[in-house]
Amino acid sequence: MTFDLPLIWAAIIAFAVLAYVILDGFDLGVGILFPLFPEKHDRDVMMNSVAPVWDGNETWLVLGGGGLMAVFPLAYATVLPALYAPIIAMLIGLIFRGVAFEYRWRTRRGEFLWNWAFAAGSTLAAFAQGLALGALVQGIPVEDRAYAGGWWDWLTPFSIVTGIAIVVGYGLLGATWLVMKTHGDLAERARRLAVRCCFATVAAMGIVSLWTPFLEPVYLERWFGWPTAIFSVIVPLLVLGCVYLLLKGIRDRRDVQPFIAALGLFVLGYIGIGISFYPYMVPASLTIWDAAAPDESLAFLLAGALVLVPIILAYTGYAYWVFRGKVDPEEGYH
Amino acid sequence: MFEAFDATVLARIQFAFTVSFHIIFPAFSIGLASYLTVLEALWLWKKDEVYLELFNFWKTIFAVAFGMGVVSGIVMSYQFGTNWSVFSDKAGPVIGPLMGYEVLTAFFLEAGFLGIMLFGMNRVGPRLHFLATAMVALGTLISATWILAANSWMQTPAGFSINEAGQFIPADWSAIIFNPSFPYRLTHMVLAAYLTTAFVVGACGAWHLLRKTAPRRAHTMFSMAMWMAAIVAPIQIFAGDLHGLNTLEHQPAKVMAMEGHYQSHEGGAPLILFGVPNPAEKRIEYAVEIPKLSSLILKHDLNAPLAGLDTIPDELHPPVSIIFWSFRVMVAIGFAMLGIGIWSLWCRYRRTLDTNAWLHRTAVLMGPAGFVAVLSGWITTEVGRQPYTIYGQLLTANSISPIEAPAVGFSLVAFIIVYFLVFGAGTFYILRLMGRLPRDPMPELEEGPLRTAGITPGPAHTKLHGDHHDL
Repeated sequence: MTFDLPLIWAAIIAFAVLAYVILDGFDLGVGILFPLFPEKHDRDVMMNSVAPVWDGNETWLVLGGGGLMAVFPLAYATVLPALYAPIIAMLIGLIFRGVAFEYRWRTRRGEFLWNWAFAAGSTLAAFAQGLALGALVQGIPVEDRAYAGGWWDWLTPFSIVTGIAIVVGYGLLGATWLVMKTHGDLAERARRLAVRCCFATVAAMGIVSLWTPFLEPVYLERWFGWPTAIFSVIVPLLVLGCVYLLLKGIRDRRDVQPFIAALGLFVLGYIGIGISFYPYMVPASLTIWDAAAPDESLAFLLAGALVLVPIILAYTGYAYWVFRGKVDPEEGYH
Repeated sequence: MFEAFDATVLARIQFAFTVSFHIIFPAFSIGLASYLTVLEALWLWKKDEVYLELFNFWKTIFAVAFGMGVVSGIVMSYQFGTNWSVFSDKAGPVIGPLMGYEVLTAFFLEAGFLGIMLFGMNRVGPRLHFLATAMVALGTLISATWILAANSWMQTPAGFSINEAGQFIPADWSAIIFNPSFPYRLTHMVLAAYLTTAFVVGACGAWHLLRKTAPRRAHTMFSMAMWMAAIVAPIQIFAGDLHGLNTLEHQPAKVMAMEGHYQSHEGGAPLILFGVPNPAEKRIEYAVEIPKLSSLILKHDLNAPLAGLDTIPDELHPPVSIIFWSFRVMVAIGFAMLGIGIWSLWCRYRRTLDTNAWLHRTAVLMGPAGFVAVLSGWITTEVGRQPYTIYGQLLTANSISPIEAPAVGFSLVAFIIVYFLVFGAGTFYILRLMGRLPRDPMPELEEGPLRTAGITPGPAHTKLHGDHHDL
């Protein structure tokens, strides 16, 4: 019995990227919503709601990058030069917002600077990720094992729309996270924001979904050809189901339900992209098997991943459990 | 003049710049995480509050440094793809899994338990909290292991074959991980991290001893750091010597450049202590040298012949001047550390460890020395690998992304501005944190007569600390 190692790894990398998107999604979202909460006390609580976990969330991004280099080196080596500018922008955004978690507490005079760094850095990182996603969906030309496009190919109306979609979507994750983790006035305002972000997210998802099939013949075939067209019906229905649960959860003043429903929206959007992509790793240029590292590399890392990923999930779950419940404004080590 | 800055040169500058900034933080956090674990263990064991106070004091500094390490590390993990995509495609099958294991075994461990370590004392209790601290420390060490395995493989590649696409294909993973230079490099780096941290902690302790604030906490910090210097500095010099012999065996050109041996020496090579390399004429000017010593150190024989760079084609020479100097800076700092360690032992014997102001002043000055030594060491080994990215196998010039110089130049400028802003601020906050009194967890418990003046040795705990802890 032989395993299709590249396919298994594609699934693992897809899982790592999804884990990153929803986990860092909500903590970037908290940063994106920062300017809408001008009170210092609210901001302290917002920051503390993600401070113990943001670092673990961002580690999934390192796994996405490091893992891609390990198991799909050719994809890594062609996608990153193609997305050069958005990736540099994302890294710079992540630098500013990452250090803000510690610096903000170390200064009174400079606090506004690090508030700004946190909000702008989070928004920039999210927007750059959306640009990169859009550019990837549009397709990346590869010739002779190297990126063969121009330096501004990533910037198109479509990628700008996906950029905005990701910012809005992370805002939704952040708002529902705050509903779950905070009390009183702050939670109230997060509820109102969650509703607005929800409508904006669904609108953005709709635009992107309708646009995508016309970018590449492959996508058109996938979404409107038989039998895959079944997804074209099921996915939007499930999206509506999530929207219903989210809005109902807000109206019924439930704490956890809106966040879960928002995660559901993201998972569905992600599955939609996955359906479009398969079997490509770099759309229209490299399939999963073209881009894969030799089996020796895939097998070596898989042996570890099968043991380690469940352990990671277990202690990450434990860390979230330790910090479960509403944020106590008096807590924090600062 | 800008024609000289092609994409390869700019990408190399960018890599050197970002990796140099990055290495500072792991060097500090490897040592500091272990130090925190020791402090918390001592607190749990001896029930002496001084250890908890120090733990909380260094914990906040660790958090700031760790944050900087995380964000500069994310940059590194993507830079291989943006600027060195041909290298990534070719070496990814070997290097990638090593870095993948680093993320799986180390990064998640550190990140998962860091939150509990920083914020969780009241939620999980002291024993589980200690476990979290130990896991963070373990994570830093595991991380160093994988990164040093990957770097060592690039220096002394082993256990691979090359396929028709020019990719390095792993053939024997244990040969790849335990490649010839790995044990030496890992030992040298971990010891360097411990020494670096010891000198930062020692400088902080010495500063507070000089200012006569919190004498008991300052004494504990300073004394622990000086033990570290006295014990580890000689071990490090010994380990460095072994590492040098290993390098001579596998990367002789690097050692020739470190030693400044442009010419071969038939009957015993001198040790050049100082001099100014002249690359154009291929000789060391104003050399101060000890005859035959280089042969003695490298071959353990006064008259052993030693090959020079004249035995290697010009285009494969590493840049001699940089390596010659960086190596001397590293070695000089190593011996200065040894000197302070011995001085501290003498003061301990004379019972003046807490009162010898000259020792304290020197220790304060030596605070950043470890970082300089670590950077010099990395420059020696990385520049010494040139002109290869994978020694003897893949030239740096053939590793670069198909990328235009303006793109690399623009991102380089962006990184320089951002790094100086962000890490400058971080360094400022860390220095300010170190200048404060180590915090008291329960100031109301500290009862005792007020200290009169600086000279009279007062009781360990005084009311003053409680009042001033949040200056």
